[in-house]
Amino acid sequence: MKCIALFASLLLLTGCSGNWGWYVVDPTTPKGIINLKFMLSGMYYTILLSVTAISISVIVGLLVALPGLSEKKGWRRFNRTYVEIVRAVPILVLILWVYYGLPALSGITLNVFWAGVLALALSDSAFQAEIFRGGIQSIARGQYEAAKSVSLNYHDTMRYVILPQAIRRILPALGNQLVYMLKMSSLVSVIGMQELTRKANELSVSEYRPLEIYTVLVLEYLVLILVVSAFVRRLERKMQASEA
Amino acid sequence: MTNDNAPMIEPVIKMREVSKFYGDFRALKAVNLDVAQGERMVICGPSGSGKSTLIRCINRLEAHESGQINVNGVELTDDSASHDKIRGAVGMVFQQFNLFPHLTVLENLTLGPRRVLGLSDKEADERAMTYLERVRIPDQADKFPRQLSGGQQQRVAIARALCMESKILLFDEPTSALDPEMIAEVLDVMTELASSGMTMIVVTHEMGFARKVADTMVFMDQGEIVEIGPPDQVFTAPKSQRFATFLKQILQH
Repeated sequence: MKCIALFASLLLLTGCSGNWGWYVVDPTTPKGIINLKFMLSGMYYTILLSVTAISISVIVGLLVALPGLSEKKGWRRFNRTYVEIVRAVPILVLILWVYYGLPALSGITLNVFWAGVLALALSDSAFQAEIFRGGIQSIARGQYEAAKSVSLNYHDTMRYVILPQAIRRILPALGNQLVYMLKMSSLVSVIGMQELTRKANELSVSEYRPLEIYTVLVLEYLVLILVVSAFVRRLERKMQASEA
Repeated sequence: MTNDNAPMIEPVIKMREVSKFYGDFRALKAVNLDVAQGERMVICGPSGSGKSTLIRCINRLEAHESGQINVNGVELTDDSASHDKIRGAVGMVFQQFNLFPHLTVLENLTLGPRRVLGLSDKEADERAMTYLERVRIPDQADKFPRQLSGGQQQRVAIARALCMESKILLFDEPTSALDPEMIAEVLDVMTELASSGMTMIVVTHEMGFARKVADTMVFMDQGEIVEIGPPDQVFTAPKSQRFATFLKQILQH
């Protein structure tokens, strides 16, 4: 928190030099408040977009990871192909492709929000699949054998024995992906999603003060992400405590 | 090589010409073995002799390459239905305990009964407490495995196997990972279990335990059963030089 304050005060000092125009986001003026409120109004969609996308990508990622752990070569090949291809497509390209390409190709038209969710979730699912695969592979073979020794089937072994342990281990990586997703959601602004970055774009076009506005945008993401990572850390501690 | 001393009823485990390879290494060489209902068998042998592999083939933690294994009237094949049937009749205790670290002791014990045997939570809890009392640690029910000593963890693992109420129990070097002062508490529980009529196959080097509880003593070396018989007989008059040498080595100190 100290470093944010330092960063902010440095910027404010620079603002005194006359090159900056902090008045556009000055909370002591009615105009500044209106502008700040306008910028903050993008928070809702940034959060909704990221959380929806990561929820989907976690599920898809797990479903893609499991065949990657199969003894059957065909399943593993499916996993590899999915991961390698999806992971190689830039998110921005994927967003444009889903929004403009999908309707042309299949006749399915998605609104801006769902096109954004689909592109973000799809892209992230390849990374989630690798995280899950690594997490599951890190569980000792003895755990599977113990599960077999009490006759648990594959589903119950995964659900009650392997995944609860794997998820504890990959929690830091999942937190990482959530932070990444919050930032990458800014790309959905290119198709008109009214989230933080889009709001900042629109404001800077009307106010001609892009540097000040994007500085505030940086701070918005910073605060959002610090809150998220504090939350993830708490969750980690809680899960460790329950096991200690 | 069958065991002449087993009672003359249909054996509950029958192994015929069972072989198993790890690459070029032949872990089991055409092993024949019968285990009768209620029999207590102790298997010993140098490391790499195939004794763990042998019992791990019985509940299909390892797949045998040739020969027949029949457990509780079910032929063990590549069909996973036969694995499920056999695992229902066979419990196992591992060298490294293999408790579920994210579950409490009680949850470790009730998972199988609830999910596999279909017991209600209450029934499963009651059954778990019964067996925890039997291994003398009912007061640890709400702790997590890592909060227990090695000996206590292994006793939890025994109770977990007992909770499934299977006919046969396999022990894969149950005291090898324990500190010396904890071996006795685990062997005591196993000795008590042996007197309850449970069919037990125990891979161990605890010769005192073998002498006390085993009906049949098996010595394995290089993937073969070299010596088999009642402990009195094999300990006092080993037929093979290999077993005599092995005994001398482990009883030396």
